[in-house]
Amino acid sequence: MEFSDDQAVAPARTRLNPMQLAAELIADVGELAMMWATALGSVLLFSWSTLLWLVTRLPRRETLLPNFYQIGVLSLPVVALTGAFIGMVLAVQSYFQFRVLGLETRLGAIINMSLVRELGPVLAATMLAGRVGSAMAAELGTMRVTEQIDALASMGANPVHYLVVPRFLSCLVLIPMLTIMADFMGVAGGWFYSVVILNIDSHHYWQNSQQFVGSFDLFTGVFKSLFFGAALSLISCHRGFNCDPGAEGVGRAATNAFVASFVVILVLDLFLGIALDAIYLAIWPEGPSIL
Amino acid sequence: MVAKQAQPGQPSEPLIEVHGLCVQFGNNQVLRDVDLTIPRGQTLAIIGESGCGKTVLLKSMIGLIRPAAGGIRFDGRELSELTDKQLTEQRMRFGYVFQMAALFDSMTVGQNVAFPLREHTNKSRDEVRQIVLERLAEVGLPPAVVRQKPAELSGGMRKRVGLARALAINPEVMLYDEPTTGLDPIMSDIINELMIRTRRQHPVTSIVVTHDMRTARKVADRVLMIYPLSRLAEGEPQIIYDGPPGEIEESADPRVTQFVRGEAGRRLMEMRNHHTPDTLSAS
Repeated sequence: MEFSDDQAVAPARTRLNPMQLAAELIADVGELAMMWATALGSVLLFSWSTLLWLVTRLPRRETLLPNFYQIGVLSLPVVALTGAFIGMVLAVQSYFQFRVLGLETRLGAIINMSLVRELGPVLAATMLAGRVGSAMAAELGTMRVTEQIDALASMGANPVHYLVVPRFLSCLVLIPMLTIMADFMGVAGGWFYSVVILNIDSHHYWQNSQQFVGSFDLFTGVFKSLFFGAALSLISCHRGFNCDPGAEGVGRAATNAFVASFVVILVLDLFLGIALDAIYLAIWPEGPSIL
Repeated sequence: MVAKQAQPGQPSEPLIEVHGLCVQFGNNQVLRDVDLTIPRGQTLAIIGESGCGKTVLLKSMIGLIRPAAGGIRFDGRELSELTDKQLTEQRMRFGYVFQMAALFDSMTVGQNVAFPLREHTNKSRDEVRQIVLERLAEVGLPPAVVRQKPAELSGGMRKRVGLARALAINPEVMLYDEPTTGLDPIMSDIINELMIRTRRQHPVTSIVVTHDMRTARKVADRVLMIYPLSRLAEGEPQIIYDGPPGEIEESADPRVTQFVRGEAGRRLMEMRNHHTPDTLSAS
């Protein structure tokens, strides 16, 4: 038997006066705010406990190495591939606009600057959140649902120390390297498309890059990536630890882990960008060079 | 009864004291004012229908679930007053056999059983290997399973590995959560026999959460029945039977006898009044 919306039995709506409506609205907003505050508090407490365990006792080699392999080695090809393509895409997109101005050789500066400051770290972090973050949430979620996390605790092993700290540490240590890999492959991809395909002069391409992209730009990208790595690992592990029962719960934990990590990566990117620019201007008050 | 003959001494001083325990998940209260004293050496079966809070009570005993009120005293020490380190030490005195075994599926069977030994003792690899093989032999598993992953084992084998893992560091208290659920009758009896044998070989206090009356009758020397809070009126006690397994059939409480005999009784009427007329007429 099929039901349409019209056939569904809807409760009779009582007409509310504006005051009641306003009160309901405030109550809803309050409830939402409470929910967000609770979720944020829970993530922060979880992060605090992870950091405490990190300084109290380092994880064992046998728990750390598989995570290093999973998070670092296995992510390398996909990060390298996306990095190379993003470099080439940047060349494709910028070329025509720069050619109109007769500034084709400045492509090196714009491509490499965008890569090392923004796209390299954000791309590496996004790939890691998608490839590793959701997998961590699903794995830990399954462990929660099948009582393996309870089993760890019952045998006197702290689940945060045993499961979260190695994952957190692996993300933190390896994301700068993945970022550098994304930067490198992006730079190579951008050079390949600009010089080999678009026939831009290689010497001037590099000269412009060297002139405008400084070591602070590279540092900015790598420094930001540390925060991205920390955030995505903590959010993903937290989602896994607080997974709802059943296959649906595990699936939702994996999806939420990626979505929340991605949003937080972009928010962090904005605020870290502002903060790092302020630091740059404090050190070099003349400001960055203008293209 | 085998279990009673095998008992290493008369139950003496209380080992676990549950006092005024209340557990709540959000707005859903599961346990209310539960009081219980378990003497050293006793084998207690906690029975009750699904969702009545048996597992919650078991998990509360080792601090896996925090109570909303009341508490647990183990060997004279209040669980809530322990530091993390003390709680870890306390947990090492327990062996917990989980309902679905809860074996770590990223590890082999051998690594699973060795886990508590490697976490908490300084034994050499050879010593650990020796203990693992001994524990697996105790539960009737051949040395060849050591290299297998839990996913390759049958349900009964997984339960037995879970038992071997719980026994690895010679616990004082064994907690069994639904040890025979989901097993065929023969494997269920094997698990029952293993629980009895465990008590014979190691001087342990055991708490068995089950809804299998066969297990309760065969293994326990005391049975406790918990009733779901949703079916109780305000102020009614949640423990509706506490006594020897032999006398449970003669209980004057119809709720107890209904469970023991496995009769749907008025529940069928309740279901019919609420929902699912199709399902009921089909059955």
